[in-house]
Amino acid sequence: MILYILCFILLLIGLYGVITKRDLIKIILSLAIMEYAANLFLILFAYKKGGRYPILEEGKEIVAMVDPLPQALVLTSIVIELGITAMLVALAVRLYQKYNTFDITKIRRLAG
Amino acid sequence: MIIPYLIIMPLLAAFLITLISGKGDTWGVIFAILTEITMILLSVIGFVLTRGNPLVYNTGGWKVPYTIVLVLDSLSGFMLIIVHVIALFALMYSVAYIRHLSKSWKYYALFMLLITGMDGVILTGDLFNLFVFMEIALFAAYALVAYGNRPEEFEASFKYAVMGSISSTLILVGIGITYSVTSTLTLANISQVLAKQPPYVVNWIGAIFLVGFGLKAAAMPFHAWLPDAHSSAPAPISSMLSGVLIKALGIYVLIRLVFNVFGFNPLFSRVFLGLGTLSIIAASLLAISQWDMKRLLAYSSISQIGFILIALGIGTRMAIFGALFHVLNHAIFKGLLFLNAGSVEMCLGTRDLNKMGRLGKVLPVTTGTSMIGTLSVSGLPPFNGFFSKVIIIIAAIEAGFFSTAGVAVVGSILTLGYFMKFQRYGFYGEKVIEKIAHKPGLGMRAAMICLAILCLVTSLLVIPQFRIMIMDPVVDVVINQANYIEMVMGR
Repeated sequence: MILYILCFILLLIGLYGVITKRDLIKIILSLAIMEYAANLFLILFAYKKGGRYPILEEGKEIVAMVDPLPQALVLTSIVIELGITAMLVALAVRLYQKYNTFDITKIRRLAG
Repeated sequence: MIIPYLIIMPLLAAFLITLISGKGDTWGVIFAILTEITMILLSVIGFVLTRGNPLVYNTGGWKVPYTIVLVLDSLSGFMLIIVHVIALFALMYSVAYIRHLSKSWKYYALFMLLITGMDGVILTGDLFNLFVFMEIALFAAYALVAYGNRPEEFEASFKYAVMGSISSTLILVGIGITYSVTSTLTLANISQVLAKQPPYVVNWIGAIFLVGFGLKAAAMPFHAWLPDAHSSAPAPISSMLSGVLIKALGIYVLIRLVFNVFGFNPLFSRVFLGLGTLSIIAASLLAISQWDMKRLLAYSSISQIGFILIALGIGTRMAIFGALFHVLNHAIFKGLLFLNAGSVEMCLGTRDLNKMGRLGKVLPVTTGTSMIGTLSVSGLPPFNGFFSKVIIIIAAIEAGFFSTAGVAVVGSILTLGYFMKFQRYGFYGEKVIEKIAHKPGLGMRAAMICLAILCLVTSLLVIPQFRIMIMDPVVDVVINQANYIEMVMGR
């Protein structure tokens, strides 16, 4: 249980960072933290204490296996997040070229 | 088996465009338009084939629930037709409009990826697969919003990407929780397992997904990204985003999850009604105060999404018909209005309503079609918007939601109000404009005229014969939860 709570706190730290930070790079990092927390969440659901790898072997009984499906999901979602993070960094670079700053309070052509 | 081709073909087109085109965009245009025409044919065939007889495709030949299923039923077919019709007109418009910005094939490759993502979301019957396709569509959308290479476009795209990532993360957590409860990711199977769980499980999962997909649909408290992204994007992309993306990723997924998977209950109804009411009133009031043409249209999109949400919240057969009808109508008239705005922006070089004037002489097609779009969106007969709004209001009164009906009426009047402003300053101002920088191309004019004609043609759907033929199977799919489970899982 304590693991889940810690994981949830990690998610909230990420969300807090996205909402309160003013630096583009810090926002991107906070998003990454949030996404890590989500991935960790999925892995935790599949984890079993003392569980073993889910491969059938002769002479070994099928007990206490870790669920492999969420791990496959997490691999996919890591790839997606890599893409999104790269996209965000590219946008941040272009924003820096246009505005000469990373501070979002100074990047405000769109109001309302 | 046409289902996989609906996803493979635009994906293939995207990669072929990247491979074959050299510097120009000729191959991009050819491939994109050919793919879109084929896709319209395929989705119409799919829609006709699946009336009461849905197609299920098991990827890799595995059996449900060990595989990713692709499901083509009437609802999916209906959404596919909307997506591809709007996409074809947006592409026709793009050829002239995007050449005005840059001559690159990249636009068409990204456009095809956007189509792939939306097709995947609409067709898939698997929760995680839905997430993956949603990300493909969003990724293309982020890039396309920033396509024009102006500072405010990067700003809008960054904002959109951050908000989109937050909602995607929430959806991923929701998928994790759903999997931990049900041990399956196939939507139909999830529905079977959740029916045996206590109601609070459904409500918690539903809450997470409502926030996640509510952000994608831009319902009112989650709307902050929409006015920026939709007003900064190039015009055909605005019309794709406002016309179909928020519906394919937001409204369609909410309909599928709430009605076919979780089962509709009074709590969902109240949430939908609340979000819808807030969206209609607040977004209309914000729209009135806008002086940026495309921003006004973007706020109008939020308020029209509110109409769809209250109709879903009422939840009777007639209200669902109204909601789906409004999805179709909004896609058509908002697509048209954004194309009009793009044409004005290209000709005058500004989006500020104060700097516009009497455009009837220099832009006759744009002025005429924008009037048709305005009449449709404000709900005046005989255009399509009138019928869908009347159906929603009648359904609300029939089901006893009198205050909701009142909100819808007030919302319609406010819509008329801010579109009067749009017309008065945008097209019928005092200053007569004699000469313009660029003339809209043939493709642009053709796309606007076709959409304007569609505004009239789709109002035929209220005639009972057409309604029974076209809309009734779609409504049946939404209402009949047991049917959906049976058709995917087998008897």
